[in-house]
Amino acid sequence: MEIRKGIGVSPGIAIARSLVIDSEEYRIPRRSIMNSQRKAEMRRVREAFGKAVAELTELEAALDIGESKVGDIFAVHSRFLRDRSLRKKITDLVFSECLTAEYAVSTILREIATHFAQVKDAYISERAADIYDVERRLLRHLLGKKREDVAHLTEEMVVIAHQLSPTQTAGFNKTFVKGVATDVGGRTSHSAIVARSLGIPAVVALEDISEAVGVGDAVIVDGNRGVVIINPDEETVREYEKYLQDFARLEHELDAIRDMPAVTRDGVRVELLGNIEFPDESEVVLAKGGEGIGLYRTEFLYLYNQQEPTEVDHYEAYVKAVQAFSNSSVVIRTMDLGADKYTPSRRYTPEPNPCLGLRSIRLCLQDLAMFKTQLRAILRTSVLGDVKIMFPLITNLEELRHAKMILHDVMEDLDEESIPYKHDIEVGIMIETPSAALTAGTLARDVDFFSIGTNDLIQYTLAVDRSNERVSSLFSAGEPAVLRLIRAVVQDAYRAKIGLHVCGEMASEPEYIMLLLGLGVRTFSLAPPMIPEVKQIIRSVTMTDCNQLTRKILTMNSQRQISNYLRDAARKIIPEVF
Amino acid sequence: MQAEGEALEKLVREIKVEIKNEDGLHMRPAMQFVDVASRFSCDIKVSNPQCEANGKSIMQMSMLAATQGSRLTIRAEGADAEEAITALKELVEGEQFRGVSVEDVPEQNN
Repeated sequence: MEIRKGIGVSPGIAIARSLVIDSEEYRIPRRSIMNSQRKAEMRRVREAFGKAVAELTELEAALDIGESKVGDIFAVHSRFLRDRSLRKKITDLVFSECLTAEYAVSTILREIATHFAQVKDAYISERAADIYDVERRLLRHLLGKKREDVAHLTEEMVVIAHQLSPTQTAGFNKTFVKGVATDVGGRTSHSAIVARSLGIPAVVALEDISEAVGVGDAVIVDGNRGVVIINPDEETVREYEKYLQDFARLEHELDAIRDMPAVTRDGVRVELLGNIEFPDESEVVLAKGGEGIGLYRTEFLYLYNQQEPTEVDHYEAYVKAVQAFSNSSVVIRTMDLGADKYTPSRRYTPEPNPCLGLRSIRLCLQDLAMFKTQLRAILRTSVLGDVKIMFPLITNLEELRHAKMILHDVMEDLDEESIPYKHDIEVGIMIETPSAALTAGTLARDVDFFSIGTNDLIQYTLAVDRSNERVSSLFSAGEPAVLRLIRAVVQDAYRAKIGLHVCGEMASEPEYIMLLLGLGVRTFSLAPPMIPEVKQIIRSVTMTDCNQLTRKILTMNSQRQISNYLRDAARKIIPEVF
Repeated sequence: MQAEGEALEKLVREIKVEIKNEDGLHMRPAMQFVDVASRFSCDIKVSNPQCEANGKSIMQMSMLAATQGSRLTIRAEGADAEEAITALKELVEGEQFRGVSVEDVPEQNN
């Protein structure tokens, strides 16, 4: 059993066998097996040879006899695959060194290829390529690394990868992919986005999980705690199974309050909205009892298409969500990608410090054509419901005014073309930089609402990258500096009489709900699966308790003290959640 | 009894050939060689001064090709060694190899 700590980016627990997928360039780690596993591993080698031969026979049969060049290549490959002494050399290595089938195949074939490559005769040295082909063919069968495999799964699997590409995730069969774990990534990586949209647990930033996990290993992905357990022992599996049962029971109980309002025991009404990545998720928000969309991330439009999204692409994606919530608000955030993010249609210059680089609203303000396309589409959907526009990563008044000026340009264009839109569409900003939080009083005069993005606000305030496991423990919403900024923003919003949401992860962490209520937050926007639980918490507390707790917390000067106090208080007041 | 059985199984035939084909024992000829050799139950070893290969293994035969000198010894050992050598001799003397027998060394173990 091996426990790996990463970042949980999509909640839930999955217990299943692993499917390790990767790019075509296989990196096969040297991994030892136990003596008792050698027979099974040798059988895997033989099976891989068998499957590869069958595959080639099929390919050869499909070929025209006249196509001798290609036929020759396959003929050579199939003779290698039928070569018992080659197979034996590999199984012998598995047996004598206690190595995995993959490693043995790779070692032996690379040895042969190297031997060929060293020969001066060009004809022979080029045969090394054939040997590599044979190696890849065998490895594909051993590792199940074919892209189609993700689409053609027949049993429940946890997908393990270095990093998932849009093409790979597009093929996910939702019935069988039960969890995701990757070496790299953060909340906005594909793996995270896709996992959340599928409602399956995901853990990212696990460093070398794709090398540590063998194909077919039993794996537990704990998206709640950000932990992956490789080959768990029986006791651990039992613990998790029990946890899953409890979880299912709790979920069932929560279904009962779906149609009830989020109101505290002493009658204070709270609004719960959903954060979504894809249009389809609006259904999930509705199903979980969400009252609207508090954050519609639009990055998928840029990440999943080969071309930059057109106005029609944008429009279609938004209409779906707007129509699902015809009577309640849908907040659409403009593009929040960084220059570090690869989008298929453009190459950005790599930046030494992408978090502080050309990203989000800054990028939009430099690429006005792209920005205007999105704004036009949002404006056009505004006649269909209560659509609001939100600009991310605003740091100062000039930036906000610049963005609003562009918005007005687009409005004028629409006026000229007689395209209808809501002229008094609400415009808001994310408060996610300390500079925006500190000048919230000024910014408030130019906007209709604030949305506090706690994830980035914490990162920029504490100067901690939480996807960097060496410092991620320093990332906490309970830091006094963070709490003071949040309190100031809430107060400025109240003073200016504008709307206020909290849309970061803090809004869905049980121990912070009471504190946020006490600080004056009345609208929470969170991942749809978390809505019922948060509603349950709100329905169990009184504002008197929350205010008292908040006053106490604000006198404290250390994160540890604050976190401990919050946890104890939450346990006392809402024991059923812990 | 035992000696007699052994004598039967240990029938050994060996030929030495010089490959005249300029391209040497390349992949396609090696493939043909392996195909022919695989039809027989006897062990077939092919060697040059540097190394020895199992005549039924494309891996070993192509490794041999990679280090080949122009002289090869083909040695068959087993019940159908006679037939194997005849067939292989025919093959290596054909167009693909243009092999020329250097000497035939029929040999009976004991």
